[in-house]
Amino acid sequence: MNYENEIKSEVKKLVTRRHFFKDCGVSLGSIALASLLNETAIASPQSAIQTPHFAPKAKRVIFLFQAGAPSQLEMFDYKPGLAKYNGKPCPPELLKGQTLAFIKPDAALFATEFKFARHGKSGAEMSEVMTHLPKVADKITIIKSMMTDAINHAPAQIFMQTGSVQFGRPSFGSWVTYGLGSESQDLPGFVVLSSAGGTSGGSSLWGSGFLPTVYQGVPFRRTGDPILSLANPRGISREMQRDSLDALKDLNEHLMEKNGDKEIATRVNSFEMAYRMQESAPELMDLSKETKATLELYGAEPGKNSYANNCLLARRMVERGVRFVQLYHEAWDHHGQVHKGVKEQCKETDQANAALIQDLQQRGLLDDTIVIWGGEFGRTPMVQGEPDGSSSLGRDHHNKAFTMWVAGGGFKPGITIGETDEIGFNVVQDPVHVHDLHATLLHQLGLDHEKLTYRFQGRDFRLTDVHGVVQQKLLI
Amino acid sequence: MNRLCKFTLTLLFACSFMPLFHPAGAISSQANKVDFERDIQPILQANCVGCHGSKKQESDLRFDNKQSVMRVIQPGKSEQSRLVQRILGLNGEPRMPMGGSPLKAEEIEVIKRWIDQGAAWQENPETRNPKPETHPHWAFVAPIRPALPETKNKSWARNPIDNFILAKLEKENLKPSPEADKTTLIRRLSLDLIGLPPTLKEIDNFLSDTSPNAYEKLVDRLLSSPHYGERWGRWWLDAARYADTNGYEKDRDRSIWPYRDWVIKSFNEDKPFDQFTIEQIGGDLLPNATIDQKIATGFLRNSMLNEEAAVEPEQFRVEGLIDRVDAVGKAFLGLTVNCAQCHTHKFDPIKHDEYYKFYAFLNQDEEPEMEVPTAAETKKRNDILTRIAKLEDDLLSKNPDLPPQMAAWEISTKQAVGEWMMLDDAVLNGTNGMKFEALPDHSFIPRGDNAPTTFYYLTAKTKLKNITGIRLELMTDHSLPRNGPGRSMEGAAWLSEFNIEAASLGQPEKFESLKIENATADFSAPNRSINLALDGNPKTSWSPDAGAGIRNQDRRAVFPLQTPLAGSDNGTILKISLSQKEFGGGAAERFEAPNIGRFRISLTTKPNPKADPLPTNVRQILSIPTAQRSAEQQQAVFRFYRTTVAEFADVNKTIANLYKDWPYPATTLTVAQRSVARETNIFKRGDWKRPGEAITPGTPAFLHPFPKNAPRNRLGLGQWLAAKENPLTARVIVNRIWQSYFGQGLVVSPEDFGTRCDLPSHPELLDWLAVEFRDGNKQSNAWSIKHIHKLIVMSATYRQSSQQNPQSEDPTNSLLARMPRLRVEAEAIRDIALSASGLLSFKIGGPSVFPPIPDGAMAVSFRSRTVWETSKGEDRYRRGLYTFWKRNVPYPSLSVFDAPNADVSCTRRIRSNSPLQALTTLNDAAFLEAAQALALRMWKEGGADDAAKLQYGFRLCTSRFPDKIEEERLLQLLKKEKVRFTGNTAAAVYVSSSDINNLPANIDLHQLASWTLVARVLLNLDETITK
Repeated sequence: MNYENEIKSEVKKLVTRRHFFKDCGVSLGSIALASLLNETAIASPQSAIQTPHFAPKAKRVIFLFQAGAPSQLEMFDYKPGLAKYNGKPCPPELLKGQTLAFIKPDAALFATEFKFARHGKSGAEMSEVMTHLPKVADKITIIKSMMTDAINHAPAQIFMQTGSVQFGRPSFGSWVTYGLGSESQDLPGFVVLSSAGGTSGGSSLWGSGFLPTVYQGVPFRRTGDPILSLANPRGISREMQRDSLDALKDLNEHLMEKNGDKEIATRVNSFEMAYRMQESAPELMDLSKETKATLELYGAEPGKNSYANNCLLARRMVERGVRFVQLYHEAWDHHGQVHKGVKEQCKETDQANAALIQDLQQRGLLDDTIVIWGGEFGRTPMVQGEPDGSSSLGRDHHNKAFTMWVAGGGFKPGITIGETDEIGFNVVQDPVHVHDLHATLLHQLGLDHEKLTYRFQGRDFRLTDVHGVVQQKLLI
Repeated sequence: MNRLCKFTLTLLFACSFMPLFHPAGAISSQANKVDFERDIQPILQANCVGCHGSKKQESDLRFDNKQSVMRVIQPGKSEQSRLVQRILGLNGEPRMPMGGSPLKAEEIEVIKRWIDQGAAWQENPETRNPKPETHPHWAFVAPIRPALPETKNKSWARNPIDNFILAKLEKENLKPSPEADKTTLIRRLSLDLIGLPPTLKEIDNFLSDTSPNAYEKLVDRLLSSPHYGERWGRWWLDAARYADTNGYEKDRDRSIWPYRDWVIKSFNEDKPFDQFTIEQIGGDLLPNATIDQKIATGFLRNSMLNEEAAVEPEQFRVEGLIDRVDAVGKAFLGLTVNCAQCHTHKFDPIKHDEYYKFYAFLNQDEEPEMEVPTAAETKKRNDILTRIAKLEDDLLSKNPDLPPQMAAWEISTKQAVGEWMMLDDAVLNGTNGMKFEALPDHSFIPRGDNAPTTFYYLTAKTKLKNITGIRLELMTDHSLPRNGPGRSMEGAAWLSEFNIEAASLGQPEKFESLKIENATADFSAPNRSINLALDGNPKTSWSPDAGAGIRNQDRRAVFPLQTPLAGSDNGTILKISLSQKEFGGGAAERFEAPNIGRFRISLTTKPNPKADPLPTNVRQILSIPTAQRSAEQQQAVFRFYRTTVAEFADVNKTIANLYKDWPYPATTLTVAQRSVARETNIFKRGDWKRPGEAITPGTPAFLHPFPKNAPRNRLGLGQWLAAKENPLTARVIVNRIWQSYFGQGLVVSPEDFGTRCDLPSHPELLDWLAVEFRDGNKQSNAWSIKHIHKLIVMSATYRQSSQQNPQSEDPTNSLLARMPRLRVEAEAIRDIALSASGLLSFKIGGPSVFPPIPDGAMAVSFRSRTVWETSKGEDRYRRGLYTFWKRNVPYPSLSVFDAPNADVSCTRRIRSNSPLQALTTLNDAAFLEAAQALALRMWKEGGADDAAKLQYGFRLCTSRFPDKIEEERLLQLLKKEKVRFTGNTAAAVYVSSSDINNLPANIDLHQLASWTLVARVLLNLDETITK
């Protein structure tokens, strides 16, 4: 299909009412996946996606992004070797060609102070710093052999979210929403939640790049309006809003009758959608309707700004048809006092992580929801401290090996994939690059990462660029 | 189909349609012996020879050559063959074919079987030497003016544009639409040419002007409006990726708005586009370059800058250059040159090495932050300097024996220079991953994060013996704010602690702290002496900040050792640290942290070393014999000398006070050519850490030649872009202008005129317009953008009605049988609301402003500017293009309407339609304020009765009168809301006005509140935001 036809199709889509729902990221729930994909194909220049490439195992994604990059060595990657060489310099051959961010090549190896144990039937290794995740050890897939391309926060976060270290590409959530549309009529298809600090990558992390803006993530806020400008201005009641929208609708439709521009119908619909969103979004954010048991499971408290609340919100969102929930918890950049820092952040997040998996499962949502946990890179086996004593006992950025875990959505539960060397510097078995992870996640959603493309600048862009191999060993 | 033809097709469609030519099933049925010609060669041709064939030989490999292929095959051992490993994507290497669809499992299987069977190769002479494509791509051949096509209808066309449009319509049996009514036309023209709706007076004047050239007069008026430059300047700023922050994590503010104003001014002056091009690419290199021509180079500086802690400055300098190449490619050439950054692509004309030759033009720069003084500021500075000179002249005339005294002083001060040895192999580090750029003169500049507290530490070896002192020089540099020497916004630097340790090289473990005694500095601010850098208290600092006007100069401090360091034959290791901790402050204040910018350390072995009190420039002048000095030089010497003379204390004080009023103009980001050339290398796979062969600047071979007499630098590059032989730029620019008027370009991919772009909808029209733009219809309007605007808007095509015909044969309207109805751009949505409500400020230019932003919008920002100080006064109501553009948190109500986020160059805005837009125009505080102001305006100015008021407001928003149905519907709403607000005074207070204390006395708040709701509906009408 050539470009002109693509544009024609795009324009044609805009004049069809049904397309509006998809383009607003709020498609009709009744539209089956296959037909959604069919529609998507119009936007896809190669017409590759006539039917799903694979039977989709998952319909939605919750990405628990641990921004700042948690230390795998304190949590999952047990390295007795590090205790053996504690305080000794890192073997220089490992550092050949390696870019270090903060530390110098003479930094000493540094053992964790946490004890590790095996959990569940699968015997997954986790450190004592997590007390809740072990309860779901047999429900998650641990990947100890993640690798990425960048070692500074903003580029690495951008890379994890868009598959490129350069800004301006669509985020993972945008690609998924572009590929699958949304199931919700009154909520956006791609929602962003954030606890702790703002992210290094900023709003480009959930940007739609060159994809239409309707596929970009919509940040939900925990205080004030959950969505910017969601609430009516002070003094304007819901009835007044209805009156206004009724008048607006009548006037716009009157104009459409006169000039025949069908695009006006789209505008009318977007106002109606906005009106529904004004009701559904606050309802969604209101945790007070949850049972005491559920709140306790997560450690959530209505009205609080917390990671636990966001995890519970993520479940409420996927229940309501949100396709992609992107959580950020920017709190893991432990250049100093890594043990203390990891302990504190696990206290913030560990219970909610486990609760989310348990809760999704008890509601029958885990099978077709993918939950992903991890940061933008890992941390060095070497210690970081500052020469002026301003910080010590930390770890630097490390892109050669880190740990992520995945649950649900057809990922094989209760397995651990990948191994690192004796000190956890390099992956020695089953490397999984970020591109591979993206390819695998799309695969579970029924999308072939090599065929989910968008023509821009004369090139068919993909989430995985020219890379990515689906990691069958992670899958059921 | 003959063999050659099949080959070409297969090559062209290798990626997407390969199975068509070679159904996978056919392979698998051949169970036994693999036949090279039948089974293997088609696969290689379809997938490999595009990059590894006769035209390109990536990795020196040709898949149409047996000998070459055998390099990647081990006959009999498919698993060990590189070919198989690469098509499987093993060993962590990218899977081949690069950028194409992977081979099918069956294809891989047959290749493996072929190799295992011994890889027999029966040569085929035809495929060894395929003929290259003979037709050059249309867009790479300079346009020539096509003849006007014949049309059946002879009366419709108003200018040549119409002949082309009409000819195509007639070919499809379509008729153009009738001309739109005059109200529609003036609204359309105003929004298109100046980005603002017409005022009611302008509408009335136009409607009542029955002269035959009324339309043209209107066009001319709008084209000469100063707001034209705002509207079309913004169009260019998309391509220039203009923003007010650096991007990435820290996303610090930058001052580059003078570039934005230069763009506006250039459009208003209708600066010829060739000149506009040259100035942005190489304005600083023009002979006697003006400040404006230097400001223009801000186009290049609009790249993002990563100041995250611990970044490698070189990595992100390279990223910035890659972005500049991308922006030049998109904005001027309509080409995506960046695809060749990693390797040559089979469909892209630009090759890997050509990419870096292009890049090499931009790799020779320094990045000064330049002051842009206003006339008033220049005058003020001159006034101050004149008054100082006058006072100095007075001193000289009153003291005739001054010259001999000064000569004696000169001799006495010679000793103060001292003898200083630079450190040859110093290694510099900083806390928080700070990295430094080492300059050839042994000085260092920290790059990256300007953290609120920092600590630099330097390790160096020296063979010197009997070291008596250490000198720290703080040096100015034009890449630092106000030239430095520090990194605060004023260029100030503080030093809170200085420490030195030493060890003999034989025993590097045993460092000893060295004691310092009698430290001196050439200058210390009051109560900020050099001893504060030695008192062990990090909260007190030496500050050499002499205040306004004289702050930004080189400074130095000398730290004598209490006991000279004896040293040893093996040499000595020194560890020197510069602690900068007094400032502290929150992370948000990193703009202001007075950390040391450029600096240098040196050593002496002479006794009693002291800091030379003479400024660098004075010291340099003193080396010139007095008789050979210029008057200015002699004045500079005297300017310092007088400060050393005790009896001039009063005059010195008067002069010091004069400097206190020294104005600091705004600054802007520019580029300037380096004095020492930088070598450019190809980066293998686009990786800056894998430099390949060195190359020199050059332009791609498939385009026009580099101008003969042009210099091989940025200026030459600009001249090459602006050359008449350039086949792309004129087409690319007229296409983007066309796109703005008609919703899509004649070429639908404005960023890609490459070999894969589709044919233009009207190829001859594109070329006609391009030639008209490049050459003009007379010498004086060659490269005139206004000329193209006028041609387009004067055409019958542009004046058509947008009324849609449901039976239209052309649903996408690409043939333009009517004018498209288009939602206006993000900035115009804001500008229309402000204009209709009467709030809009018409002020042009100046620093970016901070209009109201929804609560919590800044929360997603990392750390830098988490507060948004809403502008006061008229700056609250400026046009959308002046809104401070923060890359990490783009202004929500513009971003939601598809304003590009400026991370990279954007030449095609998306037009989306979403509920978030509806929420914005309904509920955003700025839009509510506009509704309130519009309500008050209707109430005050609209007339006596409700219907008159309503008609007035309706016209302000849509430019036309409402019809009866519309009027009644809105009056019905007004009535209903009056009832709702009656008895609900609290709500009426909130809704009626944001400035309740300044309402006319006789106004009823309940009524005004209901008018606000009506005004809000008017501002939200589809028609209000559509052109």
